[in-house]
Amino acid sequence: MVQKEIEVILARHLASYLATPIFIVDPEGNLLYYNEYAEAILGYRFNETGEMPVSEWGTIFQPMDKHGIPLSAEKLPLVMALESKHPTSGTICIRGLDNVLRQIEIFAFPLIGQANRFLGAIAIFWEADER
Amino acid sequence: MKVTLWGTRGSLPTPGPETARYGGNTSCVQVVGADGRVLVLDAGTGIRRLGAALPIDIPRIDILLTHLHMDHLQGLGFFRPLRTRGVQVHIWGPASVLLSLRARLARYLSPPLFPVVLRELECDLTLHQVPAQEIRIGNFRITAQLICHPDPTVGFRIVEGNASLTYMPDHEPALGSRDFSVPRDWVSGYGLARGADLLIHDAQYTQSEYAQRVGWGHSAMTQTVQFATLAGVKQLVFFHHDPSHSDRDLDRMFAEVLEQTNPSITVSPAMEGDTFDLR
Ligand SMILES: [Zn+2]
Ligand SMILES: [Zn+2]
Repeated sequence: MVQKEIEVILARHLASYLATPIFIVDPEGNLLYYNEYAEAILGYRFNETGEMPVSEWGTIFQPMDKHGIPLSAEKLPLVMALESKHPTSGTICIRGLDNVLRQIEIFAFPLIGQANRFLGAIAIFWEADER
Repeated sequence: MKVTLWGTRGSLPTPGPETARYGGNTSCVQVVGADGRVLVLDAGTGIRRLGAALPIDIPRIDILLTHLHMDHLQGLGFFRPLRTRGVQVHIWGPASVLLSLRARLARYLSPPLFPVVLRELECDLTLHQVPAQEIRIGNFRITAQLICHPDPTVGFRIVEGNASLTYMPDHEPALGSRDFSVPRDWVSGYGLARGADLLIHDAQYTQSEYAQRVGWGHSAMTQTVQFATLAGVKQLVFFHHDPSHSDRDLDRMFAEVLEQTNPSITVSPAMEGDTFDLR
């Protein structure tokens, strides 16, 4: 692709200004962007990781359920929103680069643009004990 | 292809002695292919004179609308081929999420804004919604892609043989790209403009005017030079002049931008009547 779609460009622009952690993926689940607040929770910087396929980001943060059982990518709210094309929410645990175990709540929704173009999905998340 | 500028002004028609040289008509550009086929980019007030200059027996015209803001649509009802029986007129333009292109056009082409409704036009009218797959009109291959401007807005890239023209009269690529500090594929319009022979692009403001109008959907001249350089175009035309800028203001702004940016590409400010031969 020579260039990202405008809805995705604007979503990144908005995310880059928000104090809410945000993840943006394309229709194949490739991670296109996560913002500064997400970097703080995940323990990785976007400039270091760059874009990542779902097989990579789905495991790099070591997602697991509340009982510590690893979650496969298709159980992640963002991937579920992508596949069902419906908003999804859920709570998972992750372990970022800093090795801290965090419980995070996630709300994910499909990104559907002009002319019904399916462009990917966006996840907003926050630490469960935080608010 | 031969490109002619019939309207170069943005936002509002601006007739008067102080704007006579760059022109007061709003956006309208004519593209004529090697086989004589005619494309019209936007239907600002410049389209009226264009309509009067076309042969009366022209069989087909394609009007490509970037968006439906008034300055890109106001001349449509006064375009002679639309009122001429037997002429095939194809209008290409963006729908919105809930309204078709027809419904959106009908908001202007109906009372009380206009006395005639769409279905009463004498021409043989066909509407096409963009963005869509690559459009083929005669030898032209046309790509329409959504770009950064309020309300659904597309830019067009028009290719005939080896010649390419990119038209983005209303565009604020700096908004979504933090002044082009992101990778190119994250810059609105980059895919349309990349390597074009001629880029006709929004350059409405000075840098200080832009600072007061971030998010309005337009560009400062310096940003337009940055964008065109990033996209590697061969020639850039500053378009969509602000109604408040007189000919003397534009002369001064243009001289200042040349001095500040020292562009490596050919740059000129759009003047009504300018023509470009691309081959
Ligand atoms: Zn405009
Ligand atoms: Zn506009």
